[in-house]
Parts: sequence; structure tokens; C-alpha cells
Amino acid sequence: MSKEKEGLSVDAFEYAAPQNLQDAVALLAEASDEARPLAGGTDLITQMKENRHSPALVVDVKKIPELNVLSYEAGLHIGAAVSCTQIAEFEPVRVHYPALAEACALIGSYQIQNRATLGGNFCNAAPSADAVPPAVSYGATLVIAGPGGRREIPSEDFFVGPGQTVLEKGEVLVEIVLPPPPPHSGAAYLRFIPREEMDIAVAGVGSFVQLSPDTRTCEQARIVLAAVAPTPVRAKEAEAFLAGQSLDDTTIAQAGELASQAASPISDVRGSAAYRIELVKVLTRRTLGKALERAKGEAS
Amino acid sequence: MKQAIELNVNGEPHAALVDTRETLLDTLRYKLGHMGPKEGCGNGNCGACTVVLNGAVVNACLVFAVEAAGADVTTVEGVAAEGTLHPVQQAFIEHGALQCGFCTPGFIMSAKALLERNPNPSEPEIRLAISGNLCRCTGYDKIVRAIQAASQALSQTA
Repeated sequence: MSKEKEGLSVDAFEYAAPQNLQDAVALLAEASDEARPLAGGTDLITQMKENRHSPALVVDVKKIPELNVLSYEAGLHIGAAVSCTQIAEFEPVRVHYPALAEACALIGSYQIQNRATLGGNFCNAAPSADAVPPAVSYGATLVIAGPGGRREIPSEDFFVGPGQTVLEKGEVLVEIVLPPPPPHSGAAYLRFIPREEMDIAVAGVGSFVQLSPDTRTCEQARIVLAAVAPTPVRAKEAEAFLAGQSLDDTTIAQAGELASQAASPISDVRGSAAYRIELVKVLTRRTLGKALERAKGEAS
Repeated sequence: MKQAIELNVNGEPHAALVDTRETLLDTLRYKLGHMGPKEGCGNGNCGACTVVLNGAVVNACLVFAVEAAGADVTTVEGVAAEGTLHPVQQAFIEHGALQCGFCTPGFIMSAKALLERNPNPSEPEIRLAISGNLCRCTGYDKIVRAIQAASQALSQTA
């Protein structure tokens, strides 16, 4: 082959594509050097090309049945290897979890969305991951399989730092489970980028609200911020403030101010810390407004 | 490390011995002789390597060849049917929707995929559908016009 240069700048690795979860866990657990699961590859392969990761073993998880589940019964079950396109086009997601559908359709291009997965969006652990805030705001739980068996954790507890998660050696993210949306609830996700598409969030906010049966007050809110801290973070003070409040321009603006206090952004090429703080206020207001409309059945 | 894979490219079965590090793009170009898909950026931004993998457009530079074992792949070489250009290809020629041509195979694949899922796209839908394809020559306008013309041509033949 005439191509000893391009593509092959990646360090040599062994590739396995197990057909079941037990084999995948065993391969990852018994590897003596760095081993990484591969789903869509849109993050991992670029990182391998840049030598940011040089696994000796790559375990392709796309052939494992449990990681390809996409079903809506007693909540939404999304296997970790299901593509963003499949998620965004799945009718129950469009109807019951529109903020997740919208976020999955924001990530990169169609080419990327056809490969990239929600599981990978979590496991890559970028602070700017677009599909994470809506999933967390809907109250997602992550199912993890490892050498010691299975465990479930709240999705917001998954992240340790940029690119770092709680996954231990040999552990694989199996699925993301979203509870059935309660009555009178709604959610929205918005990010700010300077272009129309194909960019990484300068800041992003996912908001979820559940209203009282008479829809006059907010019973519960979850607000999740992206790209303004080392991990996605919940704005818990803002959430606590909104519980029991009627949602109007004043309380929504106050929630935006409180949400910005949960942000600890850096200044980088995409935006300054001060700018990101302002973005959190604006995006929190807008997503709460949209979530409120959806909770009242006024918006699709 | 090498692995033997089989895959169908434009309807024809192929076998190849590939390095695990090799991308699907490398295999298509340098082992199987399909030089239509191009390597621009190598990281999923430019779309010059766009091919259809099992029915979905993907960046062939972000797929390891070993992942495509058993897959059906369509490159731009497989778009024309028996020597007759696809309406998208014809429209690109008629509208001058290319200059250097490096990005064109990727645009053709994205445009064809768009018209298959949405036969009558609006201009914003067209621009969104080609957001994963970069052209540094044309300014995109002629590409958008060509896709609109292809949409009309296809609806007249359908």
C-alpha cells in the first residue's frame, strides 16, 4: 500500500468486535495496556489520529445487541451505540423528549450524526457535549456493565473532568434510560455558536420544568449547563429557587442570574469567561421559556 | 495488525487485507481503486470523503476499514446508473456547481442522500444538509441552485 503516512500515523492497535457484552467487558478488563471501546468513532478516531489516545486494543461495541436497543416502554431506553440520527428520528423521542431530539440533530453534520452516539457523547465527556444537558435534565440514568456486574448511576454523576468519567477499567456504558415524562412537563436545549452549524458550543443550557396540575406554578426544575465548567453541571440554586414559583419573566430572569452562578467558565478561543456567564443567563431564560410553553402544551 | 475483510462497493463484492489503522477511505482509494472520495481534513469537518455506508452518509475518514467488514458502501463512482449521470450530477454540471472539483464527490453524495429523504427541500434544508461539506471555490450558491434543480428534475421523472 502506498499509504504508509496518512491514516497510519495512528499507533498500531488490535481490533475486536465482540457479539456480546460479556466478551466486551472481559476484553477491556483483561487488557494489559490502554483499551478503549469504540462506538461511532467520531471522537475516538480523531483523537487517535492526533495521538491524544493510543489504545493498544480497540473494542468495537456496535455489534452488541444491548447497546443497540432503542425503545419506549416504561421510559426511553437508548443503547450506548445508537446513532444520533436514529435517536433524533425515533418518533417517541420527537414527541416525548423533543429537547433530546433537537440536541442530537445539532451535533456536527449529517455524516457525523449518522455515526456519533449518545453513549459516546457521554463517554467522551467533553464539557460542551450537546446531547448531555437535555438527557440529564430529563433525569437520565446510566446503566454500566463491568467485571463486577451492573450498576446504575444518575447521569449527572458520570463526569469527573474533561474527558474523564467514573467508568473503571473493564466497564462499558450499556444504555441511557430516561424516565417517562411527567404530566405538565417540558424541556428545551439551546447552545450558542457563532456559526449556523458545525461548531462547538460556546455555552449550552438544557432546562426541564414540571408544572403543578393547574400549570400555574413550577413543581420541579432541572437546569444543566454545558461548556461553562470542567463537566456538565446542574444549576441547583436556580432549580431550588424555581420550585413552587410561578414562572413569569421576573422569576425566569432571576433563575438565569442564579444559573450563571453555577458556571465556572474558562476564557478560550471560543469566548471569554465573562461572555459565557452572560450566555448562561440568556440561554437559561430562553430554554425555561420554551420548556414552559412545552409543559403547557403550547409548543411542539 | 492486519485483518481480512469483505465488503460490497457499488454493488460489487471485494476482499481486502487491511491494517486495523487503515480508514475505510484509505481502503477504498488505495486498495480498491475508488478515487472519488477524497481526503481533505481527515477529521470529519470537510466531507470530501463522504460515502454511503449501509444506507447512511458518513465520513469515510472516520471509519476504520475493519468496522466496515460486511458492509455495503456506495461511492460517487456508483451513483451513475449504466453510464447515465444521476440528476444531481447532471445538475452540478449544468449549473457550474464546481470549480476544482475536489469537494464534488462529497457534495454529490450528501445532495443525493438529502433528496432521497426529502424530495422537495427548502433552501435552508439544503444548506443544512451540505453543512458537513466544505467547498473553497464556489461560494455554495451554485451548489444550492444545482440541488434545487435536481430536486425539480427528480420530481418530474417520479
